[in-house]
Amino acid sequence: MSEHKITLTVNGREMSGYAEARVTLVDFLRDVLGQTGTHIGCEHGVCGACSVVLDGKPVRSCLMYAVMADGHEITTVEGLEGPEGELSPLQDAFWENHAMQCGYCTPGMLIATHTLLQENPYPDEAEIREAIGGNLCRCTGYQQIVEAVQMTAKKIREAS
Amino acid sequence: MDDTTASQEFRYITKKRRVTEDRRFITGRGHFAADYNFPGLLHVAMVTSPYACAEIKGIDATAALALPGVRYVLTGAELFENINPLLSGLDLPNVKRIPLAHERARYAGEWVAAVVAESRHIAEDAVELVEVDYNPIDFVIDPEEAMQSDAPLVHPQHGSNILCDKTWVWGDVDDDFASAPHNLSFRAKWSRNSTVPIETFVVTAKWDEGKDVLDVWASIQMPKYPEQIARALSLPVNAVNVHFDVDVGGSYGLKRGIRQTVIVSYLTCKLRAPVRFNEDRLENMSGGEMHGPDRIFDMDVAYNDDGVMHSLKIKATDDAGCYPGRAPLQLGKPVSAIVGPYRIKSASYNAISVTTNKTSQEAVRGFGQAPTNFAIETMVDKVARALGMNRDEVRRRNLIRADEFPYRIPSGSEYDSGDYHAVLDKLQDSAGWQELLAKRDALRAKGKLAGLGMSTCLEPSGGNSSFEPFLNPKNDTTTWMESCLIKVDMLGSITALMGTSTSGQGHETLLSAVIGEVLERDPDTIRGVHAESLGALPSNSPVGSRMAIMLGGAAAGAAEKIKKQLLEIAAHNFQLPVERLVYDGGDISVDGDPDKVMTWNTLVDIAHRNYHKMPLGSEPGLQAQHTWEVPTGGALPAEDGTVQMYPCYAFEAHIPLVTIDPDTGQVEILDYHMGHDCGTVLNPDIVRGMTFGGIAHGIGAALYEKFEYDEGGQHLSGSFMDYLLPSSHEIPHVEMIKHYTPSPLTTFGQKGSGESGYLGAPAAIASAVNDALAPLGKSIETLPMRVRDLEALINGQTE
Ligand code: FES
Ligand code: FES
Repeated sequence: MSEHKITLTVNGREMSGYAEARVTLVDFLRDVLGQTGTHIGCEHGVCGACSVVLDGKPVRSCLMYAVMADGHEITTVEGLEGPEGELSPLQDAFWENHAMQCGYCTPGMLIATHTLLQENPYPDEAEIREAIGGNLCRCTGYQQIVEAVQMTAKKIREAS
Repeated sequence: MDDTTASQEFRYITKKRRVTEDRRFITGRGHFAADYNFPGLLHVAMVTSPYACAEIKGIDATAALALPGVRYVLTGAELFENINPLLSGLDLPNVKRIPLAHERARYAGEWVAAVVAESRHIAEDAVELVEVDYNPIDFVIDPEEAMQSDAPLVHPQHGSNILCDKTWVWGDVDDDFASAPHNLSFRAKWSRNSTVPIETFVVTAKWDEGKDVLDVWASIQMPKYPEQIARALSLPVNAVNVHFDVDVGGSYGLKRGIRQTVIVSYLTCKLRAPVRFNEDRLENMSGGEMHGPDRIFDMDVAYNDDGVMHSLKIKATDDAGCYPGRAPLQLGKPVSAIVGPYRIKSASYNAISVTTNKTSQEAVRGFGQAPTNFAIETMVDKVARALGMNRDEVRRRNLIRADEFPYRIPSGSEYDSGDYHAVLDKLQDSAGWQELLAKRDALRAKGKLAGLGMSTCLEPSGGNSSFEPFLNPKNDTTTWMESCLIKVDMLGSITALMGTSTSGQGHETLLSAVIGEVLERDPDTIRGVHAESLGALPSNSPVGSRMAIMLGGAAAGAAEKIKKQLLEIAAHNFQLPVERLVYDGGDISVDGDPDKVMTWNTLVDIAHRNYHKMPLGSEPGLQAQHTWEVPTGGALPAEDGTVQMYPCYAFEAHIPLVTIDPDTGQVEILDYHMGHDCGTVLNPDIVRGMTFGGIAHGIGAALYEKFEYDEGGQHLSGSFMDYLLPSSHEIPHVEMIKHYTPSPLTTFGQKGSGESGYLGAPAAIASAVNDALAPLGKSIETLPMRVRDLEALINGQTE
């Protein structure tokens, strides 16, 4: 099968590689570009482990082909830190609240809640639960994730 | 003890401390098994059987092998010739388990051949091209049908589908039943489900030709993993190197991928290239080790007018699926707490393990305890209902009292400590039991089906292997040790090694806190390391809710040895007896003369460089290993059928309030309260998280999750569309209160908490649903209580 050249902006850096048309975006990010922070749980769009931000919107990178993302901008979990490697307030709150155990769903959870906070800096608990409703976590029962997002929102509120 | 007094005694443990491991996960820098890449890596995809049972008459891989990029097609016949069958927990010499089906495929989805190719895509393409000549034969799916004499045999050489049928009687069960004024019996079912992690099982193996070592990177959580690989492949264990620093994306008992590992290990030796098998979700849920206990309970209880229960008979029939592995042992572990937290004088237990043409059952969080707790709690509710008593009152009358510990239950386990009444009181108080009852009644008055649930359950912890000799007399294992090696390097920093993987339990954090506590050094400066197996120590992996107790105990023991060495060095240099010295934060001073002090750095420097300042004959350097036997372990089961299982017993009580939509059968959880006592809590955030996660698993098991088979033996739950995992919408906010009754058996009074929440939540949800159904005069004793089951029950289509 023939391969296509695909060029993406990943976390602000232009990256390119070759992949067959049938290669999903998540496989391309992980296997071709070596960005292994994004995970695979189901490959059928249910678990959210593969969530990335594409042109500002969260998408499931297992449900997209890499060729469809050619020329687009992507943020993955690796792109949430500041330029000097400082944790974002959301990452820091995930740590402070131990919003994970095995860490496997964490990249997807961070992407989902990062996008939520950009659209709605003051979400209530129901809105947070709604935002992570498509991201499955088997370890935490979600509570400390909700608490982490609430803490971040509170910090945003206090800072503004 | 309340929160404050519990934490005052300690410097680091019991305090809030960020979890070391979390940092790599929030930045996308975890090292999961699929993140390791190797040049020339080959990928495996599985050819699966479409039949519930079929003879394999032939496999033609010609077309598959002709596809460019395909490197090999491995069959069960080839493996059978070249490896040793995998171990089974029971003594079943005629039930051979080979990682790929050999001669006969025994369940739909079973792996029949492994295709190896340069990419997973090519391997999947080639799977379609492998021609298998099957001859479908009779199969059996229902465990009770499988026990009939005319049932098709899953393993004909074994001569029966019954793998184990044993009965124990502890105490005067017959007399106690005869003398009690009441008894009641019922059947309860726990359906096939499991704690399905979000990461599937992944394993990469690479034969290192320069060293003659098999390197393995796997998302594994299994006792004796390197040994099992070595046995299967006839290698010495020192030729197998498992990289235990691989982060495991959730396991909860399940990730026991020995079949997968043996396949890729065999292939890497054969093909002289690294080989990976990364299960896709279907391979994982239909073919892999992903199914948990599948159990029918027939329960009998004898009790008085006042609700006091005297005796209990349990018959548990468990469907092990087609290869028994360790599944039947999950019938043995619940003997640890076979009467729950109650003062029941006598008990009998009939444990039956049956093989059927379904996916094999594997270990799941609690190792059979959650289903058993569900059956026992259902029984307590039924006694209350039969007597018209309150469920909390019946529990109070039967719970073991605080002044009765240590308490020996009829089956021989001694419960270490507890104050069950205090936890229940505290929980009912904080939850507002009376207000919740009022809220339920107000909902009912509005025409809603509303129910308040309760469960009071135990979590046996500190896992040992007593259930092995208990169910298999040929197995005389009586130790289930855990180890830690501490090294203080020349410049004074501390590194601690453990010999196992982690799947979210925070073992690095555990080690640094415990060692910091004993040596009075800042935990943030202490590094915990998951050593690779060739450099590791005797370990039994993080199963059986054991690491806080066992790894914590091993680490504390090793740290005490380091402290002793430091004191001896100081004593030698001060020319004073050790008793005259004061250890404070790693520095050692002379009692009464604080100016005379040797600092941590000085002492460490002496150990590493100044042998002339060391006590005569001592070992240079500063390192210590401690290997700890499970407290109360070390003995075989007694002749009379009693056995001391796990050492420590944590207690949990749950109170959920639910409503059921009468039209759809949809259950909504409005409130959820939980009281928990696992002794001294080493890290509060970790224990909270495990408990919330356990409750979520329990809610899934109670309401949603089931691996379903149709009449043709086809597995219907191979994706997350069909197997429903609860999301943040289904899992409610949980209010948790803590109580601290230390264990007298452990270093700091800690008990296990790795299974907390899960061991009581299914029972509590079932209790709430049945409370909601009670006004209709209906009840349900089968989990999961799915929307369609409840809808049919409420609307009279089922009984
Ligand atoms: S892997 Fe993409 S949604 Fe599960
Ligand atoms: S932290 Fe393990 S799945 Fe969410």
